[in-house]
Amino acid sequence: MPAVNGAKLLVEAFNNGTAPAPYDKKGFGGIQIEPIYVDEAGGATKQVQELKNLYDREKVDAVVGYVSSGDCLAVAPVAEEMKRFLILYDCGTPRIFEERSYEYVFRTAAHATMDNVALGRYLKAKNVKVDTINYINQDYAWGHDSLKDFQLTMEQLYPNAKTGQDLRPKFGAGQYGTEISALLQKPASVTHSSLWGGDLQALMLQSAPRGLMKRSQVVLSAGDHVLPGLGDKMPDGVILGARGAYGLMSPDTPLNRWWFSEYEKKYNVYPVQAPYRMAQALLGLKLAAEKAIAANGGKKPSPEQLAAALKGFSWESPAGTISMAIANGHQAIQPTAIGRTQYNKEKKRVDLVDIVRFPAECVNPPADMKSEEWIKSGFKGAKC
Amino acid sequence: MLALTILIDGVVYASWLFIVALGLTLVFGVLKILNIAHGSFYAVGAYAAASFVGWFTTLELAPELSPVAMLLAAVAVAALLAPLTERGLLRVFYGRDEVLLVLVTYALFLILEDVTKLVWGPTPYYVSEPYMLFGNVEFGTLSYVGYDFMLIVVAVLCGLAVWWGLNRTRVGKVVLAVIHSDEIASSMGVNVSRIYTFAFMFGIFLAALAGALTAPMVSVQPGLSVGVIIVSFAVVIIGGLGSIEGAAIGALIVGLARALAVHTWPAAELFSIYIAMAIVLVFRPEGLFQRIQARKI
Repeated sequence: MPAVNGAKLLVEAFNNGTAPAPYDKKGFGGIQIEPIYVDEAGGATKQVQELKNLYDREKVDAVVGYVSSGDCLAVAPVAEEMKRFLILYDCGTPRIFEERSYEYVFRTAAHATMDNVALGRYLKAKNVKVDTINYINQDYAWGHDSLKDFQLTMEQLYPNAKTGQDLRPKFGAGQYGTEISALLQKPASVTHSSLWGGDLQALMLQSAPRGLMKRSQVVLSAGDHVLPGLGDKMPDGVILGARGAYGLMSPDTPLNRWWFSEYEKKYNVYPVQAPYRMAQALLGLKLAAEKAIAANGGKKPSPEQLAAALKGFSWESPAGTISMAIANGHQAIQPTAIGRTQYNKEKKRVDLVDIVRFPAECVNPPADMKSEEWIKSGFKGAKC
Repeated sequence: MLALTILIDGVVYASWLFIVALGLTLVFGVLKILNIAHGSFYAVGAYAAASFVGWFTTLELAPELSPVAMLLAAVAVAALLAPLTERGLLRVFYGRDEVLLVLVTYALFLILEDVTKLVWGPTPYYVSEPYMLFGNVEFGTLSYVGYDFMLIVVAVLCGLAVWWGLNRTRVGKVVLAVIHSDEIASSMGVNVSRIYTFAFMFGIFLAALAGALTAPMVSVQPGLSVGVIIVSFAVVIIGGLGSIEGAAIGALIVGLARALAVHTWPAAELFSIYIAMAIVLVFRPEGLFQRIQARKI
């Protein structure tokens, strides 16, 4: 829902020409945008059908979507086969472009490797002592990939740290009492989790009263979006990422000030990771579309022309510069930040303190290496 | 200590599961309906509890009263939705193929998914206040939330109430007569239609109660219904469809198998539930406590 809210806000601003420069041309290069919103719930098979419907029945020119890594893995080959333009705006699995290449498919946000490498680097930067690590990650593509990336990162940064519990609850489990007991029974220096959404909220609600955060340093790779909802139920001292320099960790730039305040004004809550990622996808699409329209003599571009314009492109987003730098110009890298939770009684919200920022080239693999290979190489070529 | 932890975790999980499965098995026992929409009533119960507890909070009543709000929420869901569903929809299909009723309840499940979104929207609800009402309980080095043990008490009370109600009261004996043969019960002057509505309403109440009790532990949002219906089906299949004792033993088997797996072999957590079910079904294909049924030849 926050992502759709972000999209609605931006599409309205684009169509009215009220977004700040260089995004101030009406619509996409003068062409008004007609958005169609589809619910992502229902699983990969349903999403493949929905995608085909959007292309064939609704005749859309571009699809921007998908939070779930499982859905992304399912829809990307379909768009490619249909030769239609697709932006994956959120999902995190590195496998999309590391296991095959695409001409029509793009991801305008960094994949999960960045989140987990940044967490590891943060622990190192803050001199957190790590002897043992417990894991609790969802039993599907996102959870498995996040677990692997963090484990490999910690092997590089903390070679003596040992794995304790490795728990893999199913997606949407809801009840974590048994898992929390297992984590408490063998408490580790650090407990890593890539849980998100309702699962993460449930884990926090159930584990905080049982003292998990007092026995272990909990680190969350994608945790910022639960903060507004949980409020004072979110324990202090949890280290978390937002999958980018988003929300309370976003940079102080004119573009971000506009975006943050417009969103907060319209929805009465500050934007977290999902609307930020949606924004950077739509901003990139807008500039790429305008580039393609200009190259096409002012007419609507074909999927091939649109893809050519976005390939290897870079643009400014509220969270910093987005560069389609890897996977042959189809996969973005971006700067990110990690912080620590601290409840602010005056503002009645969870603040993020001790924030450390990481440049894109510090926490993302270079163009010529896969994530796993890059981490195992000791982050070869990283610019920190 | 590990064995005790597995036991506690298993029983806590089983308690929650038993409350859901008890309603499911009761509805099957009386109406012969495999009610897939049971998970949706669970979700509606959670949403209703979120709303009722929120409403109680605005009235500035004592927080200790919030469990009353949860109970009222479950009663309201059963009172409103059960007659509407049973009389307005399911009754039309009685006497038809059982598979058709499964499809009807599946359709209802899908409809209720959207109805909950329509009524409560996609934004999560939090009602975590009741979760801390019962304090913490220490077991060795582990700390448990007292609310978990309250779940065990509620599950035992629900099980005893249903067992006592069926076996020790006049209404219960009438229900048992309907379970045994609705035709004979009807010819003896029993209002079978009313019994159906009553049993369905009580089954839905149990689903909604389980949802209401879960609400303080989770963020109440779309998707709650899916996971619970799959695992509660596993419970009633292990125990034998229509059996209260079966639901209790089935829930315990699932809860303990799951706890054992999480503590000793986490990758096999989901597998553990179904392997337990498979083992039981190899030796008892109709479940542990399936009643002997007369078969027309």
